[in-house]
Amino acid sequence: MSQSPSSPLPPTAVEGEQEPEAASLEPQEGITEATFLSALTTIARRTWGAATTNRKVAIGSSIVGFFVLVAIFGPLLINQDPLHYTPGIGVKPPSSAHWLGTNQANQDVFIQLVYGTRTSLFWAFLTGLLVLIISVSVGLVSGYFGGVVDDILSVITNVFLVIPSLPLAIVAVEYFSRTVFTVAVVVALTNWPWGARVLRAQTLSMRGREFVTASRSSGERPWRIIFFEIFPNEISIVAASFVTTSIQVMLAVAGLEFLGFGNSSTVSWGTMLYDAYNSGALLQEAWWWFAPPGLCIALVGAGLALLNFGIDELADPRLRQLKRRKWPKKQRVAAA
Amino acid sequence: MRHLIRRLGIYLLAIWAAVSINFFLPRLAPGNPAEVVFFRLSQQGSVSPATLKALEIEFGVNTTDPLWVQYFAYLNNLLHGNLGVSIQYFPSTVTEVISQNIRWTLILLSVSVLMSFALGSLIGVFLAWRRGSAFDSLLSSMMMFLYSILYPWLALLAVYFIGFKLNWFPYADGYDTNLIPDWNWDFILSAAYHAILPALTIVISTIAGWMLTMRNTMITTLSEDYIMMAKAKGLTTRRVIFAYAARNAILPSITGFAIALGSVVGGSLLVERVFSYPGIGNALFLGIQAKDYALADGILLLVIVATVLMNLIVDLLYAVLDPRVRQERSA
Repeated sequence: MSQSPSSPLPPTAVEGEQEPEAASLEPQEGITEATFLSALTTIARRTWGAATTNRKVAIGSSIVGFFVLVAIFGPLLINQDPLHYTPGIGVKPPSSAHWLGTNQANQDVFIQLVYGTRTSLFWAFLTGLLVLIISVSVGLVSGYFGGVVDDILSVITNVFLVIPSLPLAIVAVEYFSRTVFTVAVVVALTNWPWGARVLRAQTLSMRGREFVTASRSSGERPWRIIFFEIFPNEISIVAASFVTTSIQVMLAVAGLEFLGFGNSSTVSWGTMLYDAYNSGALLQEAWWWFAPPGLCIALVGAGLALLNFGIDELADPRLRQLKRRKWPKKQRVAAA
Repeated sequence: MRHLIRRLGIYLLAIWAAVSINFFLPRLAPGNPAEVVFFRLSQQGSVSPATLKALEIEFGVNTTDPLWVQYFAYLNNLLHGNLGVSIQYFPSTVTEVISQNIRWTLILLSVSVLMSFALGSLIGVFLAWRRGSAFDSLLSSMMMFLYSILYPWLALLAVYFIGFKLNWFPYADGYDTNLIPDWNWDFILSAAYHAILPALTIVISTIAGWMLTMRNTMITTLSEDYIMMAKAKGLTTRRVIFAYAARNAILPSITGFAIALGSVVGGSLLVERVFSYPGIGNALFLGIQAKDYALADGILLLVIVATVLMNLIVDLLYAVLDPRVRQERSA
């Protein structure tokens, strides 16, 4: 992606409304902060442009956006305990009272699904963020410094790359505690190397660019160069890797919960599947019980995957469809 | 050559790291396996404190030896292939339990993963060649959905619709349990018949990744100058696609293949759980449930070593496929 020029942009390229914010910062930090902000606004504007011009990104972000809204507002609107149990006959097919029927404990599947959205998305994005922080730090530091630091970090990355996530997670969860937190930590620890490798390669190629040399010779501290100069230029790769890891992490957490290594006092899509499988939903032909949680995971995952491939297409013009829409004029000016 | 030696070093380090994780994980965690088993036994009836002592010796925990002595004793045991005794299948050793289960996992997974890789990459090549066609956009968007499907859910659907409702294929166990496991035709046919549904679900859930990766790298490769040159020379389409474009486009997929193999070996856990299939994934799950830590640790170690070995094989393959690797270029 032609992102490289966005960081060293002079502050004049920043749109009018952004300038007061940049000016209010400390004077000696002002220039880099403004550059950083200008990079961010350029990226935000471009993302918006991309979301509206690229069909994949548009569909993907609407699906993900819908589920995020459900996760935030759904439980507020329903406001019932998803584990609420009323005595009576168990498994019932969908009806007007229970939109997705009930399970064997007479709990409403629809309510569980809405509450599950919140838990599942929260942990998927939180763990995805954790993965991102580790892979960005390791990748950028190792790529920027090179030498011994790079050698050590690369070996660590390669070692973690071959350690399989699921079996390790199961053993770790068993030894420590059966909480989503343990699951999240283990999944994060086994999923960061891929992103770190990609970012390291990118940083390596960016280390020799003029704007980096310029800031180094102007006496910038290394961590500042890494996170304020180089990092904004890799934002598209970072975004793509966040999206992919979020899918993987969501699947890994749900898989563990399906195996019964989740927290049974909370409701998530994974624990719903665990309950359904272990209470014989298949034999009772209760499709409304085991089908919806998996479908939701697949939909969110498809939304994220669409976003990811959309970002890929934006970054690599060769992947784009042949009929290409025109980019808005404003963006060309910003990118020039 | 130096590249390969470097990789070999990394793999040895990975195995060492895995072994160390295996050693320290149980010791970092609150409680120890001996106490867990002791607690379980004491619920079934009174047991003397001497039993706890015996269990501690059996598991090699809480001894007066310093940690590093225990660590080297553990390494020494491993080097002699001694993984300890399984509680669940007492008095069988962990090695025996693993060797009984491993072939099921190996056969099922290697066949289905290879099938998925070959088929997915082939379709990916085709989609890239016919880019923008109705077929391409339909299949690409379908794959996007498949790409992020939760495997156990897919397996449950397969069990429910194909196995339970239609009753086309058996959906539990690795073979007809009326038969005695032996190398005769009846048994082999029964095992193959039972493997169809699990294999099908593995292929469906993993094929999308190969297809999309191959499609995208293939599209990038197709716009290279040497492809244009190949076309201009008047080579047949088949030759341009396979000998020129696909041969180069497959390389990133192969790297992905190595990494996927690791997650797939781990994923056998989910496959074997849903289909109650005999194999190390199921053995690990049951072992954890029965607090059979020696078995669980042994299997974890095996899975990691297997992943490392597969990575090594792929590295060797890479050197054959990509001349640039042979000519001294470390990753």
